[in-house]
Amino acid sequence: MDRGSNDLILKTTTNIIVFIILAFSVNSFFSGHNAPGGGFIGGLMGAGAIVLLYLAYGIGPINRVIPVNYRIVLAAGLLIAFLTGMGSFVFGVPFLSHSFGHFHLPLLGDTELATAMLFDLGVYLTVLGVTMTIILSIAEDDGDTSD
Amino acid sequence: MSSWFENVVTVCLIVNCLSVLLLVYRVVWGPSSADRAVAIDTIGINLIAITALVSIRLNTIDLHDVILLIGILTFIATVAIAKFLDRGVLIDRDRN
Repeated sequence: MDRGSNDLILKTTTNIIVFIILAFSVNSFFSGHNAPGGGFIGGLMGAGAIVLLYLAYGIGPINRVIPVNYRIVLAAGLLIAFLTGMGSFVFGVPFLSHSFGHFHLPLLGDTELATAMLFDLGVYLTVLGVTMTIILSIAEDDGDTSD
Repeated sequence: MSSWFENVVTVCLIVNCLSVLLLVYRVVWGPSSADRAVAIDTIGINLIAITALVSIRLNTIDLHDVILLIGILTFIATVAIAKFLDRGVLIDRDRN
């Protein structure tokens, strides 16, 4: 199996580019309220960064670096989205009613925080979990259907 | 936007579309798989240019995310195709 593969250029490039992709993923997640982007494309880009890591290093090393079961990520995303909808019952308003407010954060100053971002976080985690579950399930398949 | 600038953008769009057409020729009639992979990669880069020119024509900045997105997706897809052509397996089981 090991043909003396030396992917030095691919690994070094991946080390740099994965950070850029993850930064773009987080940026499009946070800017989804006022600009193109949001949880879906952010989650897909995060999954793309992790897929690039898997392409460069293989399953074993990345499973040791990122010991995350993506089915749990999927379930956590769905749970966050569901609890965001249920949270509106605490204030006696209909299901999935969202609100926002202005807060003074230490470094950011006057920031508008909306509960729709929590729902978006659920979408982000769900998309990330679904994509990585699909890709890793296919990658871990032996393909031996003969026996 | 002045009219000569619009003309320049239109000419650039036409040149890019001609480039994509020539690359489609390479994709369809390319002798080997590596030729097709390189042609598809270059089509992605031409798509970046076309997206940028269209965003100039539409006078919007909302397409800038798309440009970065096409770049990232083209890179990942090219790495995947190259690895498939080289080894036949995309994600190695356990290398060390």
